[in-house]
Amino acid sequence: MAKPNMSLVKNPMPSQDPDVRNKNFDEVALGYSAETAQDEALRCLGCKAMPCVSGCPVNIDIPGFIKKIAEGEFEEAYSVISKSSSLPAVCGRVCPQETQCEGKCVRGKKGDPVGIGRLERFAADFHNSNFKGEPEKPVSNGKKVAVIGAGPAGLTCAGDLAKMGYEVTVFEALHLAGGVLVYGIPEFRLPKAIVQREIDGLKAIGVKIETNMIIGKTITVDELFADGFKAVFIGSGAGLPNFMKIPGENLKGVYSANEFLTRVNLMKAYKQGADTPIKQNRNVAVVGGGNVAMDAARSALRLGAENVYIVYRRGEEELPARAEEIEHAKEEGIIFKTLTNPVKINGDENGFVKSVECVSMELGEPDASGRRRPIVKQGSEHTIDVDCVIMAIGTSPNPLIKNTTEGLDTNKWGCIVASEETGLTSREGVYAGGDAVTGAATVILAMGAGKTAAASIDEYLSAK
Amino acid sequence: MYRIVKKRVLNPTVIWMDIEAPAVARKAEPGQFIILRVDEDGERIPLTVGGYDREQGTVTIIFQVVGATTEKLAHKNEGDCIQDFAGPLGNATHIEGLKKVAVVGGGVGCAIAYPVAKKLHESGCEVHSIVGFRNKDLVILEDEFRACSDKLCMMSDDGSYGTKGLVTNALKELIESGEKYDEVIAIGPVIMMKFVAALTKEYGIKTIVSMNPVMIDGTGMCGGCRLTVGGETKFACVDGPEFDGHLVDFDEAMARSTMYKPFERAKHEETCNLYKEVL
Repeated sequence: MAKPNMSLVKNPMPSQDPDVRNKNFDEVALGYSAETAQDEALRCLGCKAMPCVSGCPVNIDIPGFIKKIAEGEFEEAYSVISKSSSLPAVCGRVCPQETQCEGKCVRGKKGDPVGIGRLERFAADFHNSNFKGEPEKPVSNGKKVAVIGAGPAGLTCAGDLAKMGYEVTVFEALHLAGGVLVYGIPEFRLPKAIVQREIDGLKAIGVKIETNMIIGKTITVDELFADGFKAVFIGSGAGLPNFMKIPGENLKGVYSANEFLTRVNLMKAYKQGADTPIKQNRNVAVVGGGNVAMDAARSALRLGAENVYIVYRRGEEELPARAEEIEHAKEEGIIFKTLTNPVKINGDENGFVKSVECVSMELGEPDASGRRRPIVKQGSEHTIDVDCVIMAIGTSPNPLIKNTTEGLDTNKWGCIVASEETGLTSREGVYAGGDAVTGAATVILAMGAGKTAAASIDEYLSAK
Repeated sequence: MYRIVKKRVLNPTVIWMDIEAPAVARKAEPGQFIILRVDEDGERIPLTVGGYDREQGTVTIIFQVVGATTEKLAHKNEGDCIQDFAGPLGNATHIEGLKKVAVVGGGVGCAIAYPVAKKLHESGCEVHSIVGFRNKDLVILEDEFRACSDKLCMMSDDGSYGTKGLVTNALKELIESGEKYDEVIAIGPVIMMKFVAALTKEYGIKTIVSMNPVMIDGTGMCGGCRLTVGGETKFACVDGPEFDGHLVDFDEAMARSTMYKPFERAKHEETCNLYKEVL
């Protein structure tokens, strides 16, 4: 065993040059080489307490897989991860590691934590490009389970159940499986070929995926039971985009982040030959400070905008996006206007966006969320010239399933009520998880919920 | 993939297709819409349900060739398949309790008005249909409307067919002559629905219009289809597509519908040229 690597800094992630990548949609981060991965893996002290594992929503044996990488057993490292995670290549790329596993790493007390996310990605990418064998198809137990929504929660739940022998059918409303991984997160952060490979992997172990099926419209939850499904998992996502309810929001050139990103990612509007249009913009304001806002801003830049602003009402410290996304956005030339809030959008004589009127904010006492409440600074009105405004201020749950499923309780925000421990809803045999339950959150939390629900469904159907 | 089982050319730019989509056919109702994609690179477009056959498992779409997607669709023939066909989406037309209704259709909007008129007729409601076209060559579904209407007014802008004039002229005449409608249902170009709603407002007759804005997913996710109705923002896909015509901001809807016009025109031309090269 090689000596531990006591360097205080993480091995840097090789990336495309900021001034090159802000003009293309290719992946930004290029991934560790085998040598770098082994060197980084040796920074892990393999501590017995394993604080990193407690920070992982799906409890991956982190020291276990890192040890395998250090030993050069890359395929084995992947096997360790895949016991707990059904989408390792995805999570290595999009998890907020700094607040999860890496946030708990003891190496982080003095210097950088171990680059757990980068190592996870390395192991998954190694497996994907080197493993040639056929996955083992589990023996069917003959019990049918329906999963609604082919996003991170649904795919995880489906994968876990299929491995236990259940006959799983995933119903997806869009024409392509993947949920936010295909319509939301851009190609440059998560290549769609990687998502497709994960989905093909699920199909290979027997998961059926039916696209163009809108549950609540094409077929209802009750009809799924009538069709012989013994349990249903709802992972339908967060749904309807929020707007600010300020004047001018229906002008041409105002998008929800969902619409903007769906046009670019799912419908491939950035590519020559795609039939779906997207407006060509010179100056773009993206309202919001989360990962979705960063994705929209960086996509707008790649589509040729000259100036792209992040307009966020709290301070830089409060930006909810992953640290890496903020850093990447800044390197690429996104202009951050924090402590700034739009109050009105102005249009030209043809109804296109011309500018956005904003006020400056200052931070007061902490609010219910624990973050300091932004307050308007008097006399701070100012105008930013833009021809496009993208609202990335969250989503509200979609009512289609709630409205057509009797006895399914939702809370005052319209989120489906489900037990955190089991995923069980107010209806027997109906489980739920992901953004449909929590409101807009992260891929990994949705996966964690899908995993929990799969275990509960197994327990429920085994006892039946 | 979804097979085209029947294709009928109704006029030089309007085409009728029955699409094999049993899951959609089981649930579809007049007033709802579907989303389709012609091929792998295709855009998602909404089309209102033109009819359905639950036993055959088919859904009827009737569309006008206006852009690249409808041009491509028009070149498909019986037996060909289209990539995606999802639905039914949106809310069905409310017909409960209606005893006498004027159904107003304009241009290709008649294709959507027809199943509504038919359903009203089958429910025992007295139906007066007023259908308008620019000229004689564009008239569609006359026999179908005749079969389900207690009164039918055929109108044309240039007088080449039926009565010369706009649908609002005929509607006004009927109202003035003493016809008492529980409701007016208007489906056609936004400008037509705007003027029908303006007219019926004068007489205080409840009026329903069917909006067809730009959409992507059709399930509430993108918000591209938003409209102002009674001062509030509504999503046509989940809150509509039918709304109270006296509350809709038609001018805003018309402005929003032109967002991609230059792109659509260029793309349509490009597509037409491709077909010319093939021929």
